[in-house]
Amino acid sequence: MSIWEYANPKKFMATTAPLIPWIFGGSMLLIAVGLLWGLFNTPAADQFEHSVKILFVHVPSALMAINGWMMMLVASLIWLIRRHHVSALAARAAAPIGAIMTVIALATGAIWGQPTWGTWWAWEPRLTSFLILFLFYIGYMALWTAIEDNDTAADLTSVLCIVGSVFAVLSRYAAMFWGKGLHQTATFSADRETNIDASFWWPAVISMLGFGLFFVALVLIRTNTHIRLRRADALEARARRAA
Amino acid sequence: MIALLKRDLWLAVRAGGGFGLGLAFFLIVVVLIPFGVGPDASVLEPIAPGILWVAALLACLLSLDRIFALDYEDGSLALLATSPLPLEGAALIKAIAHWLTTGLPLTLAAPMLGVLLHMNSEAYGYLFISLALGTPALSIIGTFGAALTVGLRRGGLLLSLLVLPLYVPTLVFGAEAVRRGAAGMDVTTPFVMLAGITAGAFALLPFASAAALRVNLR
Repeated sequence: MSIWEYANPKKFMATTAPLIPWIFGGSMLLIAVGLLWGLFNTPAADQFEHSVKILFVHVPSALMAINGWMMMLVASLIWLIRRHHVSALAARAAAPIGAIMTVIALATGAIWGQPTWGTWWAWEPRLTSFLILFLFYIGYMALWTAIEDNDTAADLTSVLCIVGSVFAVLSRYAAMFWGKGLHQTATFSADRETNIDASFWWPAVISMLGFGLFFVALVLIRTNTHIRLRRADALEARARRAA
Repeated sequence: MIALLKRDLWLAVRAGGGFGLGLAFFLIVVVLIPFGVGPDASVLEPIAPGILWVAALLACLLSLDRIFALDYEDGSLALLATSPLPLEGAALIKAIAHWLTTGLPLTLAAPMLGVLLHMNSEAYGYLFISLALGTPALSIIGTFGAALTVGLRRGGLLLSLLVLPLYVPTLVFGAEAVRRGAAGMDVTTPFVMLAGITAGAFALLPFASAAALRVNLR
C-alpha cells in the first residue's frame, strides 16, 4: 500500500469522489465563519479603519495563488519522473484556479490600496511579481490548450512550469531593485507573532484554511472532470476506428 | 558544433532577410516612440535607456520562431537529434547563432539610435555593455520558448506569451544598469546580476530546451 496507488485514475476517482462534497462543504463552512467573523466581529484597525477587513479575502487568495503554482510544480515533477497521468491532469486542473486566485488577490489589493495608499496600483516588487505570476499562469494554460497530443502537452507544460518557477523568483528579486515597496512584508506567521492583533488572527487563519480547502476541492473536481474528458476522447477515438 | 554554427550563420545571412529584419524593426520602434510621446528632449532623455532595451527585446522576439521552425519542417532537426552531437549542444549553438545574427547587431546599433532619443552622453557605454551582457540571455531564453512551440502550426503568438514573462528579470536589470549609469550612480550590482542571469541561463536552459525538443520530435 503506497500513495502511488492513487495514481491509478480509477482508484483516484473512486477515492476522491465521495470526499469532494465533504471538502467542499467544509471549505464553504470555514470561509463563511472566517469571513462573517472577520467582517462583523472585528474592530476597525488604527490606520486602516474598516478597510482592513478586505484582508480576510486578500491574504488567503494571495496565499493560494502562490501555493497553487507550487502544487503545479510538484505535480509536474511527479509527472516527469513517474509518468502518472493523474498528476499531469491535476497540474492542468490547478492552473485556472490559481490564475483566478491571483486575480482576486490583485483586485482586492487594488481596492484596498485605493483608500490606504491613495493609489490603485504601484510598480513595486510584490505587486509586480504577482502580475508576472498571473502572466505565467496564462502562458501555462495557453500552452496546454495549444497542443493536441495529451502526453506532449503534459511534458512541455511541465518543463515550462519548472523553468517558470525559477524565473518567477528571479522577477520578484529583480523588481526589488526599484526600491522598497509600498506593500508591507508578511504579517502572518504560524507562531502568531506580534504584528497582528489576536482579534484578527483567528478569523484570518480560519479563512486561510477555508481557501486552502476550497482550492483542494476545486482541484479534485477539475481533475475528475479532466479524467472523464480524456476517457470520453478515448471512447470517441475507439468508435471512430471501429467505424 | 562549429559546422552547425557556420551553417546557421550562413542560412541567416543568405536566406531571405532574417538577418536585417530584426535590426530594421529595432530602428522603426525607436523612431516611432518620438511620434508617440512627442519630440521633447526633456521627455525622451530619461526614458531613452528603457525604450532602447524594450525595443531590442521586441526585435529579438521577432526572429525567435525561425530558430527551429525551418529545421523542424525540412527534417534537419530530426537529423541533428540523431547525430553524435547532444541535443543540448545543438540548442546552445542555435542560441549562439541567434545572438550573433540579432543580439550582436542590436548591441552595436543601439548607441547610434540613442542619439535619436537624446540619450545622456554618459549612458552610451553602459547601454552598450548592458546590451552586450543581456542580449545573450534573451537569445537562450528565446531558444527555450522556440523549442517549446516548435511543433505548433501557429506558435508565434503563444511564443511571445511564454517568453515575455521570462524576459522580465533581464529587462529590469539591463535597463536599471543604464538608468543608474546615466544618473552617475553605482552600476556594479545590476551588471553582476545581469551577467549572472546570462551565465545561469546558458548553463541550465539548454537542458530544458533539449528536453522540450525531444518531446516535440517524439
